[in-house]
Amino acid sequence: MADVGRHPRIELMAMSEVVDVEGYIGNFKVRIKRRARYVREKECTACGECAKVCPETAPDEFNIGLSTRKAIYQPFPQAVPSAYLINIDECRGMIACSKCYEVCEKKCIDFADKDRTVEIEVGTIIVATGMEPFDATKVEEYGYGKYENVITSMEFERLISSGGPTGGHLVRISDRRVPKTVAFIQCIGSRSKRGETKSYCSNICCMNTIKDAFLIHSHYPDIEMKVFYMDIRAFGKGFEELYDRTRKFGVRYIRSMPGYIEEDSRTKDLLIYAEDDDGSVKVHRAEMVVLSVGLVPRKGNDEVKRLLSLSYTKDGFFMEAHPKLQPVDAATKGVFFAGCAESPKDVKDSVTQASAAASRAMRLMATGRVKVGAVKPVVDLELCKRCGRCAKVCPFGAVKWEKGNPPAVIEALCAGCGGCAAECPFSALDIRHFTDEQILSQIEAALIERPEDKVVVFACNWCSYGGADTCGVSRFQYPPSARLIRTMCSARVSPNFVYYAFSLGAPVVLVSGCHFADCHYINANRNTVKRVQAMWDRLEKWGIRPQRLQLEWISAAEGERFARVMEAMENIRRTVTKEEMEFGKGAVKEYVEKYLKEVRKGDKVSVAEE
Amino acid sequence: MDCPSVVEFAATLPNVVYTAANRYTCSEPGQQQIRDAIREHRLNRVVVASCSPRMHEPTFRATLESAGLNPYFFEMANLREHCSWVHEHEPEAATLKAKDLVRMAVAKAAYLEPLEELVVPVKQSALVIGGGVAGISAALDLADAGYKVYLVEKEASIGGLMAQLDKTYPTIDCSI
Repeated sequence: MADVGRHPRIELMAMSEVVDVEGYIGNFKVRIKRRARYVREKECTACGECAKVCPETAPDEFNIGLSTRKAIYQPFPQAVPSAYLINIDECRGMIACSKCYEVCEKKCIDFADKDRTVEIEVGTIIVATGMEPFDATKVEEYGYGKYENVITSMEFERLISSGGPTGGHLVRISDRRVPKTVAFIQCIGSRSKRGETKSYCSNICCMNTIKDAFLIHSHYPDIEMKVFYMDIRAFGKGFEELYDRTRKFGVRYIRSMPGYIEEDSRTKDLLIYAEDDDGSVKVHRAEMVVLSVGLVPRKGNDEVKRLLSLSYTKDGFFMEAHPKLQPVDAATKGVFFAGCAESPKDVKDSVTQASAAASRAMRLMATGRVKVGAVKPVVDLELCKRCGRCAKVCPFGAVKWEKGNPPAVIEALCAGCGGCAAECPFSALDIRHFTDEQILSQIEAALIERPEDKVVVFACNWCSYGGADTCGVSRFQYPPSARLIRTMCSARVSPNFVYYAFSLGAPVVLVSGCHFADCHYINANRNTVKRVQAMWDRLEKWGIRPQRLQLEWISAAEGERFARVMEAMENIRRTVTKEEMEFGKGAVKEYVEKYLKEVRKGDKVSVAEE
Repeated sequence: MDCPSVVEFAATLPNVVYTAANRYTCSEPGQQQIRDAIREHRLNRVVVASCSPRMHEPTFRATLESAGLNPYFFEMANLREHCSWVHEHEPEAATLKAKDLVRMAVAKAAYLEPLEELVVPVKQSALVIGGGVAGISAALDLADAGYKVYLVEKEASIGGLMAQLDKTYPTIDCSI
């Protein structure tokens, strides 16, 4: 920590938040709000004279409210930057008090200090926003917040710390006495679908409890310890050994999740009701209970997510570009993840991932230039009606539009999903390498012979096409009717492609993409849904059975599911009669002819904006 | 799947001037064969009908580039993952499908355009959002490597949750 404070190339901005991000990989403009500290950071020597005279006290956040601090304070002795600050909401102010101001030899207290915003330019961004401990009051049956001697593992840390409120003496809150028995309960907030508990494993809590038991034993060898758990996950290097050592010195590990806890109102001891190995309920008495709380995503992440166009996995942690091959890259290029922002992890894994993220960022910066792809939009300025719909559907804000003007594309920001091209109602916008002409030629080639035998499948590069690959690698068999056309995103699938396929006699068309949370273009596939729904309405109007157009989400891992979907498609295909296909061809004919005439006369040019 | 008949079929498609059957096309000799064919037959588009483009599209794009062709003049037909491996018991239908897949790739290839990858400069500075153990480590690595780092922390001190821990496992040493 101290290294950061004195590093010549690190500009540390504490009490600061990112409020705006513009630009793209290699060239981000970032606005940062710096909150007023009311103490000049560089001049303050952290002598502490100010706090001695401050008349206001407040709960000390660092000690989780187990002690107090003054209104002018240092968060903790080793804080970096090493400077005091004033919580202005607690302070009596310069006029009413000014005691700190008077006693400060360096005269570095500044009541006129104001919040300010600074702007910086960076090439890469690392998101290391961390996590929060699970709020134990949400698991009511263990009485946290109600029974004084039920504490969380975070409070335990402060109690056992020599720098903590008790000087490292592990005492009960109720009577300041060292407990004779301590019980730990694992998986608080983890591995359950009940209430607000998270279904995932929080990764660190088993080992943290084992470490806590180790600490208790080394400070107080006579304290009796019990750990209630579902599974002990001691999977890392050196972990099993530590687990073993705590068992050897007598920690009892009991595989049982207690039903509830009652407090003995006289002694303030806790009565833990837990099932025993034989199924009977046993009552365990403990003088202190530590709830081993899990980790949850940080609430403030939503703002970072919005500013950097990131996405979450279903757990609410940030989603990486690829869970195996790009584990620290964000889908937004030039942005990387480190630490618990991406998933719960311990210190070692956080440090490892931080080095990986730094290395990925350095890889970009060391080269000094980066290729950002060639799959970008082009526009026919004659066909473009300046409606701005392309700009509205861009998940990256790469298409800029002002009323009365054609769109302008910030190519470095564009990720190439092609959603803008599918959205354009005038076929004025196209996307390179997945152009209308190219995709139409594939549809035509697929249906030129015996179209009645074929299912036209649009598959997005990242998920459903990948799912088809996984299906192949796993040798899951499916009917040979499918003809896959790859697009980068399902959002590229223009309604015109679907109608064109029907005009050539395709019995069934499938649009497939990533599950919602997995979309590689943030949320472009939500536009796919809107488009497909509009297509169903239109098909119905034309008298074409909407069932002939299908929509499915298949992830790259779901090989077997891909095969099942292909079977389902084949089953639908078998229900489509020759008459239906012929009728469909006629019903879309006029529309498709008009579209083909437009799209083929187009002269599309780049509208890139520097 | 009847590969020779797929090759024969490919030769009949519009715009196709040269076809060849080959094993392990992604290997260096296989790639050399493509480079030779490009020169000998003055090819301006290449279709490889083999495995998934998710696997080897970058490989063959590089092959084209090394032969002096724009890398985007390349298209792939996925005859392995999407055909031979998933229709193992229906060789005739699989062969028909393979022909369709090749026809589709050749059709698209005719419309391929030369593309240039956009190159942008990268500023020599990084922003790290969050000053917990991960943010601190990343910031130090970057700064030690010579880059300017802005470390933004919401709280009044860096350290994050780790600073509140007394000791950390498995070494039972202090956190700060």
